[in-house]
Amino acid sequence: MELSTDDIRKVASLARLEFSEQELASFSTQLSRIVAFVEKLNEVDTAGVEEMAHPLDVHSVLRADELQPGLSRESALHNAPSHDDECFLVPPVLGQKSHGSR
Amino acid sequence: MEVPYKIVIGLEVHVQLSTRTKLFCGCSTEFGAAPNTQVCPVCLGQPGALPVMNRSAIDLAIRTGLALNCEIASVTKWDRKNYFYPDLPKGYQISQFDQPICGPGYLEFSDPDQPEQMLRVRLIRAHLEEDAGKSMHDEAAGKSASRIDLNRTGTPLLEIVSEPDLHSPQAAKAYLTELRLLLTYLGVSDCNMQEGSLRADANINLHIDRDGETLATPIVEVKNLNSFRAVERALIYESQRQYDEWQRTGAVLGDAPKRTFGWDDQRGVTIPQREKEESSDYRYFPDPDLVPVHITSEQLEYARSQLGESPSAIRQRLVNEHALKPYDADVIVSQGRGVVDYFDRMIQAGANAKRSSSWIQQEVLRVMNESNQGIEDFCITAEQLSELVLAVDAGDLDTTRAKDVFQYWLQHPGSNVQSAKQALGIKDVDQSEIEALCRELLAENPKIVAQYKEGNTKALGALIGAAKKKNANADPRLVRELSQKIIEAEL
Repeated sequence: MELSTDDIRKVASLARLEFSEQELASFSTQLSRIVAFVEKLNEVDTAGVEEMAHPLDVHSVLRADELQPGLSRESALHNAPSHDDECFLVPPVLGQKSHGSR
Repeated sequence: MEVPYKIVIGLEVHVQLSTRTKLFCGCSTEFGAAPNTQVCPVCLGQPGALPVMNRSAIDLAIRTGLALNCEIASVTKWDRKNYFYPDLPKGYQISQFDQPICGPGYLEFSDPDQPEQMLRVRLIRAHLEEDAGKSMHDEAAGKSASRIDLNRTGTPLLEIVSEPDLHSPQAAKAYLTELRLLLTYLGVSDCNMQEGSLRADANINLHIDRDGETLATPIVEVKNLNSFRAVERALIYESQRQYDEWQRTGAVLGDAPKRTFGWDDQRGVTIPQREKEESSDYRYFPDPDLVPVHITSEQLEYARSQLGESPSAIRQRLVNEHALKPYDADVIVSQGRGVVDYFDRMIQAGANAKRSSSWIQQEVLRVMNESNQGIEDFCITAEQLSELVLAVDAGDLDTTRAKDVFQYWLQHPGSNVQSAKQALGIKDVDQSEIEALCRELLAENPKIVAQYKEGNTKALGALIGAAKKKNANADPRLVRELSQKIIEAEL
């Protein structure tokens, strides 16, 4: 499957990445090659093979609802590019988000 | 109000399940902790950290599904919903896409327009997912950085999605009210809307009849509905807004994509939210970090054993077995399982159901509201109150004095009827004493006797106050009864 520069532009915008026209062209070649590689899987005859949601033959891995120690706030914030000792700081979020759970 | 359109509403309700720990890690879910103190590598989305599913969240989801008449999946799995937002550290939310834990079901509740009629809302599904963190924006938006608290990240949510079966803002509110009541009875969530344990989004549009044809307006999703009142107000506003817009533009479903509006509670308006074109492109795919879960018959049995009696079953029982009016049954059930237990214990201790119901509604709930306490902390036990109701029935006390005893008990918890009567100076008066009192009163008030003889039976009311003055323990009912007898014997 050939990916157009428009496809790349869309994927890039979903990933919040900005590319030059030149980069778009080169990614379109590269990503097309990756997709073509994965498409090889289509050659396998899967007739009669049951669909699976996971490659492992394991299911129902559950844990008890018990408190476990987490990280101190200091270590949680340690690697953040910016924080105020209480919260992570991120560049101002403009407008409202328009997705899912809230 | 008669409107020239039919409103069509579906609700998505997010309920925070009351597990101790998060969905995929052992961090606490407790509300109100200092920012970023309930976090670990898993919920912070650190590379290499792996989620492990919380068994209790599965149990609570099944219990809820059963109570909502849902089909419970035999196999359920986890998917990644991809989007970028600073309060979602992994860049994806673990949710359920095509194999939700609970399939189609329904919820029934009383129609707010005709309380004796039941409305049924079909449910499409209920699935588990993790919550995001909290971002706090500066009021002067765009000026300074946003602050992110990730304590809430990974908290288990059950998203309950209804079919668009609701046809008025009032019905939407009634559905939510019944849903919340059921969930609190099930003990699966505290449903505290202020703390965000229950959040509702509404999808709404209008069906307008025009020249024998039904036109549908474009669907709008209304978010930020933080109270039942907000749900009702926002939907009233939004339906009128859509009608006005349709009159202005004529736009129908299909002309515009689904839009998202936020509810501004202070201004009382819905406001379009800025949207990015690809906002709905979540690129779901199965989460390779989590294996599917098979629901066993033991898990189903366990969930069933935890259901308890549902609010609607209790309402029916109170009406059918105890002859309460539906309204009174609803008042008691709406107060929660604790008040129902209190009522049941009064009945068990021998009190009459109707009188128990009115004592609870008029006195117990009043005191609870005034002192802002729950029934668990209420100092008069159901057995005590039952004893009081029985004493009134037996004629040992009149209702006014019984209320004095009730007040006394509030100050002196743990005393019984006898000791309260003693402390309040309430004496058992025998009938001959009251009869003598009545004769005395009638002799002193020939006018009243004359009025009564002329047919003005209400005239006797004046005697009651006088009787109380002479003997505080005189039962008004008995005074009236005996006075009537004495006069009628003279006739």
